[in-house]
Amino acid sequence: MLQTIRRYGLMLIVRPIARLLFGLDVIGADKLPKDGPAIVAANHNSHVDTIVLLCLFPAKLLHKIRPVAAADHFDKGGFGSWFSKNIIGIIPIKRGGASRGEDVLLAAKEALTRGEILVVFPEGSRGEPEEMTRFKTGVARLVEFHPATTVTPVYLQGAGRSLPKDAKLLVPFNTTAVIGDALAWNGSHHGFVDELRAQIEALKAQAPPMRWE
Amino acid sequence: MSGLTVSGDDFILNIPEPVFLGFLGVLALLLVGTIAALILPRAQPGKWTDLGPRMRSWWVIVILVGGALVLGWQATAILFALISFLALKEFLTLAPTRKEDRLIVLLAYLSVFVNYGLIFAESLFQDSYQIYLVFLPVYGFLISAAAMAWIGRTEGYLPTVGIIHWGMVVCVYNIGYIAFLMRVPDAEAPAGGAGLVFFLIFITQLNDVAQYCWGKALGRTKITPSVSPNKTWEGAIGGWLTTAVVFYFLAPVFTPLSPMHAAIMGVIVPMAGFFGDITMSAIKRDLGVKDTSRLIPGHGGVLDRLDSLTFAAPGYFHLLAYFAIERF
Repeated sequence: MLQTIRRYGLMLIVRPIARLLFGLDVIGADKLPKDGPAIVAANHNSHVDTIVLLCLFPAKLLHKIRPVAAADHFDKGGFGSWFSKNIIGIIPIKRGGASRGEDVLLAAKEALTRGEILVVFPEGSRGEPEEMTRFKTGVARLVEFHPATTVTPVYLQGAGRSLPKDAKLLVPFNTTAVIGDALAWNGSHHGFVDELRAQIEALKAQAPPMRWE
Repeated sequence: MSGLTVSGDDFILNIPEPVFLGFLGVLALLLVGTIAALILPRAQPGKWTDLGPRMRSWWVIVILVGGALVLGWQATAILFALISFLALKEFLTLAPTRKEDRLIVLLAYLSVFVNYGLIFAESLFQDSYQIYLVFLPVYGFLISAAAMAWIGRTEGYLPTVGIIHWGMVVCVYNIGYIAFLMRVPDAEAPAGGAGLVFFLIFITQLNDVAQYCWGKALGRTKITPSVSPNKTWEGAIGGWLTTAVVFYFLAPVFTPLSPMHAAIMGVIVPMAGFFGDITMSAIKRDLGVKDTSRLIPGHGGVLDRLDSLTFAAPGYFHLLAYFAIERF
């Protein structure tokens, strides 16, 4: 029931509105994973990023797409929390402050075991609009745990201009998503996220130029 | 007004006969194109890959515009308001703006509501047309320039004021004229406002196609090598003459123009379309893109499809108003 609401809510309401406001131009759509377990990793500048990534997938895959999001931000209780978990389908994850010995990635690992597709932002935070910060190693630890998982790099452009961190005003601009070739586990946490970051950085060349200073 | 009543309800499905036949003609062209899109890629693999999506997009465009014209001026105004918004969003996404300008960009989007709102307001007071004429070119300019000065970042101020105003006039004000044509009283045009809109869109698209065909057949001498290297003098002149002749002979069916006035407009409207086309090409080159977005498969962005209309629409409207339309 909830799954049906989520699917139709995303398809009939969220996607048309997102297309109207953010355009959603995709380059290399055929490189997106067609089934789980898989991870889609993108740079992160705006809450809009999650919506853009959700809208890239065909309707029949939507029930498997799980954005991994900060619990301190999206799981604070109330309607927002319900909406994030049940409609957007997030997996809340604790940032910092987790007690020793607690596996913050447990829920994400379980999702991979179920064959779901995780959407992750390895920067961990939105940061300055349209600038990339260094990557956290969580995504590498997930692949290490579940080596069959492919990691597809995605470069997102423009959402940080529509809704930058701390902005109160949403301004429509077109966004572009450039999808790259999937990466496989290479045995090193830092080596893996560095390679992922380099791939995403390289995809930027295919996006239209953006001048916003 | 000669009308072909499809249903008993005059209000919704009373399509003027020339428009009805015009759409039948367009549908015939679409069918030919669709059959070509099915056959050609098989005959010459790898060569016509673009044709399939391009034809599918044409179907969507024709159904949307045709549907709006049949439903009336309100639906047409809403459709073109949406088109203006999408075009303006493409333009402001690619053109350089500054971090402080987000509010100004939002105001530019709001201008779509005011611009098209004035077409609706025409039912309330006739002066709304006079306000329409000056609102975006003059007051849109003053308000955006003043608001940007108020926000206070002076670095890059002048280019950005220009960009915002350029976007509003080309994407919103100029395109709005197409919807405003629907407000021409039925008695003033042989096929009503819908006929005038149909004819404008048909003529500008025909001009694009005719230029392409003449260019393919005879094109040798480049006309704008640094802006649009595929365009040739042979294509431009061949297309221009073809469109002018078609305009002259079809004008009595769709417009109230005298033969003399039809000849003048037949010469000017396709020329305006040509300049709209190369102007958009110059902008795309300056911004470093080939297409303004990927919204319309096989075509590119809304602005890629609209380029000639952004120049042809105001010229067509004003010349018609001057020569033949009492209302405007």
